[in-house]
Amino acid sequence: MLLIHCPYCEEERPEVEFAGAGEAHIDRPKDMNAMSDAEFEKFFFIRDNLKGVNYERWRHIHGCGRFFNAVRDTVSDKFLTTYKSGEKKPDPAKLKTGKGAK
Amino acid sequence: MAKIKMALARPPHEGRRFANTAISIEQALPASRVSLRAGSNELAELTKPLGFKLPTRPGTSKIKSSLSALWLGPDEWLLINSNPKTVSALMEKLDTIKCSNVDISHRNTAIIISGKAVEDVLNAGCPRDLSLDAFPPGSCSRTLFGKIEIILWRLTDDRFHIEVWRSYSEYLWAYLLDAAKDTG
Amino acid sequence: MSAQNRIKGHGLLSLAKTINFTFDGTTYQGLEGDTLASALLANGVHLAGRSFKYHRPRGILSAGPEEPNALVNIARDSTRSQPNIRATVQELYDGLVAESQNRWPSLAFDFSAINDGLAPFFPAGFYYKTFKWPPKAWDRLYEPIIRAAAGLGKSPTEADPDRYANHYAHCDVLIAGGGIAGLTAALAAAKSGKKVILCDENPNFGGAILYDNALEIDDLSATEWVEKAVAELAALENVRLLTRTTVFGYYAQNFVALAERVTEHMAEPDPALPRERLWQVRAKKVILATGAIERHLVFADNDRPGIMLASAAQKYLNQYGVAVGANVGVFTACDSAWATAFALKKAGVNIAAIVDLRDNPPLELQEKAQTCGIRILRGYTITKTTGRLRVQSITVKPVNGGTSEQIRVDALINSAGWTPSVHLFSQSRGKLKWHANRNLFLPDIYVQDCISVGACNGAFDENELIAEAQAAGNATRKKAKTIRIKNQTSWAGNAIGAAPGAGPNDMVKAFVDFQNDVTAKDIRLAVREGMHSIEHVKRFTTTGMATDQGKLSNMHGLAIAAEQLGKNLPDVGLTTFRAPYTPVTFSTIANHARGPLFDPTRKTPMHQWAVDKGAVFEDVGPWKRAWYFPKAGEDMHAAVNRECMAVREKAGMFDATTLGKIEITGADAAEFLNRLYTNPWTKLGIGRCRYGIMCREDGFIYDDGVIGRMADDRFHVTTTTGGAPRVLNHMEDYLQTEFTDLDVHLTSTSEQWAVIAVQGPLVREIIEPLVEGIDLSHEAMPHMSVREGKICGVPTRLFRMSFTGEMGFEINVPADYGESVWQAVYAQGEPKGLTPYGTEAMHVLRAEKGYIIVGQDTDGTVTPHDAGLSWAIGKAKPDFVGKRGMQRPDLVAEGRRQLVGLRTKNPKVVLEEGAQIVATPGQLIPPAIPMKMIGFVTSSYWSEALGHSIALALVEDGHSLEGDTLYVPMEDRTIEVEVTGCVFYDLDGGRLNGKN
Repeated sequence: MLLIHCPYCEEERPEVEFAGAGEAHIDRPKDMNAMSDAEFEKFFFIRDNLKGVNYERWRHIHGCGRFFNAVRDTVSDKFLTTYKSGEKKPDPAKLKTGKGAK
Repeated sequence: MAKIKMALARPPHEGRRFANTAISIEQALPASRVSLRAGSNELAELTKPLGFKLPTRPGTSKIKSSLSALWLGPDEWLLINSNPKTVSALMEKLDTIKCSNVDISHRNTAIIISGKAVEDVLNAGCPRDLSLDAFPPGSCSRTLFGKIEIILWRLTDDRFHIEVWRSYSEYLWAYLLDAAKDTG
Repeated sequence: MSAQNRIKGHGLLSLAKTINFTFDGTTYQGLEGDTLASALLANGVHLAGRSFKYHRPRGILSAGPEEPNALVNIARDSTRSQPNIRATVQELYDGLVAESQNRWPSLAFDFSAINDGLAPFFPAGFYYKTFKWPPKAWDRLYEPIIRAAAGLGKSPTEADPDRYANHYAHCDVLIAGGGIAGLTAALAAAKSGKKVILCDENPNFGGAILYDNALEIDDLSATEWVEKAVAELAALENVRLLTRTTVFGYYAQNFVALAERVTEHMAEPDPALPRERLWQVRAKKVILATGAIERHLVFADNDRPGIMLASAAQKYLNQYGVAVGANVGVFTACDSAWATAFALKKAGVNIAAIVDLRDNPPLELQEKAQTCGIRILRGYTITKTTGRLRVQSITVKPVNGGTSEQIRVDALINSAGWTPSVHLFSQSRGKLKWHANRNLFLPDIYVQDCISVGACNGAFDENELIAEAQAAGNATRKKAKTIRIKNQTSWAGNAIGAAPGAGPNDMVKAFVDFQNDVTAKDIRLAVREGMHSIEHVKRFTTTGMATDQGKLSNMHGLAIAAEQLGKNLPDVGLTTFRAPYTPVTFSTIANHARGPLFDPTRKTPMHQWAVDKGAVFEDVGPWKRAWYFPKAGEDMHAAVNRECMAVREKAGMFDATTLGKIEITGADAAEFLNRLYTNPWTKLGIGRCRYGIMCREDGFIYDDGVIGRMADDRFHVTTTTGGAPRVLNHMEDYLQTEFTDLDVHLTSTSEQWAVIAVQGPLVREIIEPLVEGIDLSHEAMPHMSVREGKICGVPTRLFRMSFTGEMGFEINVPADYGESVWQAVYAQGEPKGLTPYGTEAMHVLRAEKGYIIVGQDTDGTVTPHDAGLSWAIGKAKPDFVGKRGMQRPDLVAEGRRQLVGLRTKNPKVVLEEGAQIVATPGQLIPPAIPMKMIGFVTSSYWSEALGHSIALALVEDGHSLEGDTLYVPMEDRTIEVEVTGCVFYDLDGGRLNGKN
């Protein structure tokens, strides 16, 4: 069971309090009706699912209830950082990776 | 028209209690509960009707006489008044202020657990670090116990108040008793 | 029977404390503190089991958890029968009953031992080669036979009556292993103020001290030093000591799983105690002090009973006072077995010879052997052993050739040196490094905050080991005090792979993996047949895949494969160590989650009333819901018909408490609903309700429910029973991450309200006398409205709504009042025919009206249009979740499955839900020719009110097929159906308003 740092509760909490919610930083377009079918497909169905560093949404569903974002390395299964919804995407180059990363 | 016979309140599992030398578990008395939601700009206005400033540090609570406020999220507090009859007055007071107030007095019920083995019994189902350093008196948090969600609120070193949705309280009670067999 | 092999003056057990046990029906005497294995050996019993594949007689090989052979069944009673218990770790208790496994009719004569003679026909990969043709034979012939023959032990058939516990724990330092290293680290950590958990899988701390008791530490005997250290730790408040506790799993972020065996050693377990306890520990730091395991030597016929590890013989002597034989041979490549020989000799056991593979064992050992009068054979190997049920002789031969000699023995102890226990380090995802000069894999790169100390880190020398442990445990900069060590044993020397005499050209059975019967020859064969990675060799031969996970065999297997491949050992690869380190029972992992605690059961406030009325319940998710209320003599069908007719003709009452409820508040609440539901909400008046449909972005129906407007900025939303949590999550998701501009808050009120649905032509007159402050007249409170007032003197949100097609109210009261209000309503209505009805009648009534149930009539691929609910889509709204998705080409194309009604041509026939529908008649299932399924039945019931069956179905282009005849092929007949609209009853809806 991982520990995940909740940016709202400001502490690490056990994984079971959280629920994953898919890829982060995919904004719902302001004008949905203007989307072509191809654009809709990309928006709704297509996900990067990279091996390595991913931007993810999580919800502290059995805690403060907040959705937040996380950068997680799917190879090491380590959370590199977590941040509040609406905050800017952190620069992966500036994130600590590998041993000891929290 | 004949006088209408008043319905009786039947709080879940009223009066149940368990105790051994190390642990005591009991169903809490009915109380008034309001789920309060407010943004940071609205907090100042809430001080007057509540009689105190809402706690804003994550996972902390405030008690003043019969009214308590538990921080559950950045815009969410659980208000508990130990007097079950005060909920309409509390709701009305809050109705006049820009915030969200929802009466959940009957949604939740509470179990009080205390004694020297309290951390051990709770840690049978709750994965959180409940040592005094990590979760000192006054701490509160939504978390999990076994397969259900609870709100854990530490009143003193060896006394906790657990809020739970009423239909889950049977499971919580049975689990706590199963864990308590391991003590005393 | 007396214990003839117990030696006075040896061991730590009291000869006075005797206890009885039985093995395969014979009663023996053991001592308190014995393991089953030590007690058997004390009684001269070596033969303990039969091997898995060849059914070869096997003895006790080890004295610890690595044991591959001595697996027994232990049964306290018929409900407490556990197979595959290692006799070497099972502590003896008075009355213990053990039986050997994998033999018939008896351990000494086993019919299946014929497999051993047929061994040439069972080479590695035998299964893969043999049972592959013809394909049909697998199901009918091979699998049944293999299943019957396979498996060790028998599973218990009755439910486990014992209790199991769980404990989440947090600490600064978790120490796995309580030998000298672990104890030293624990003392250092505890004294620097850390919260420490120290655990050991044995009943006692001490580790290697339990066999190597010659050591002296700080002028104390090793045993005394351990006692003192344990006493010191036990007195500290920041230390938790756990014995009989195995660290079996090491997961991410120092999350470590421990299995504690609480009562397995007790003759009469205290019923208050759990049998086993799972510990889930989060440690800031983990210190691995897991020691090392002695390897056996791989030589011809090395599996006879009586052949065992040298350290095991030493532990049986020093811990239990048991001599493993009277005339013991020693075969070794490691110095430590010499120490065992000396200890045995000192205890009066004759040592037939020390056979050392090495040409030049240390001189001091040779001198000591000579002094004791022990024969030394340097540079010798063993080429043969004899003895069917117990080793009787060994044949020795110089490694470099020469004459063989047969030597009589009644036991043979052997050692190929020591393998550091790096299992947990490896589980932590640490990387190992091969040290060719010592033939060891040792921890190299750590990925978690953990450290290996002592023998598991290659530090066999006690001075080095203690220094490592002190450094690991000590969090302060204070210099650790020096510890004086005397009388050390040498652990040097090792052999890896097959011993001389068991080489590629020797036609002998030299076992690498005892439990799965894998020989050196099998591994060579696997390599010859093309398995070049150790992962493939392992799977092809099954070496290391038994319940002992190759604790003894892995290094040998690797070395033999490397030799055959002509590669360096580390280039062949190392198999992954996985949890659990030793077998863990399912009960321990399930712990509290059994019986009523397996999953929460949710009950409504009116549950007991329904129980008292004799209701039959059904599970709806975690909820118990009253299914129907049978009267005496009624079956389900009769009860449901009666309940339905009561609603249609008079009145019925139904517990609708389980419906999800969400309070939506805030200035933008209506706008939020506009965006989350397909319907428009802005103009919904206060006190009015509307049926809403929620879609996902893809345009498919996600949930539905009636929503009432309580105030300008307050809505009472209902969801399906099962949908409540995910609907709230879906709403929170949009509110928090997409529609952040809205002033809205969401609160679950599912359990705040008890909900009593009263439905039927008489309901208004029934509830009217109980209601205060609400005008229930049709004019004042029309269909689809909501009012606040009082019922039975308590606050209510009273909805005028219907899920039956009859005039109806849903009485919401604070849950504590639910039961009392229900009783009052029932008392009021019962004389007028008010009848409680359950979920089955509810389903029939709603189906008669064509009201869908999300999840039954929809399956996540149904749009509102498909479901005939286009009217509920707010076409004028610029956007809502699902609006764009509904316009996708596939969702507007022809040929979509659409919800229709079906009427069987024979009105008595009730279709099966899930039955497939075709357009052409006369076909049966299975089809003679392929037929095109154009849809399926989603709901189907007998309608007593209509006198015929009704069904709903999803059918391709169904909306345009009304009046057509379709067919439902079944196994024995084809059912003719007519496509209808979804509404079967009261087509104009007049009854909702008390008309018709």
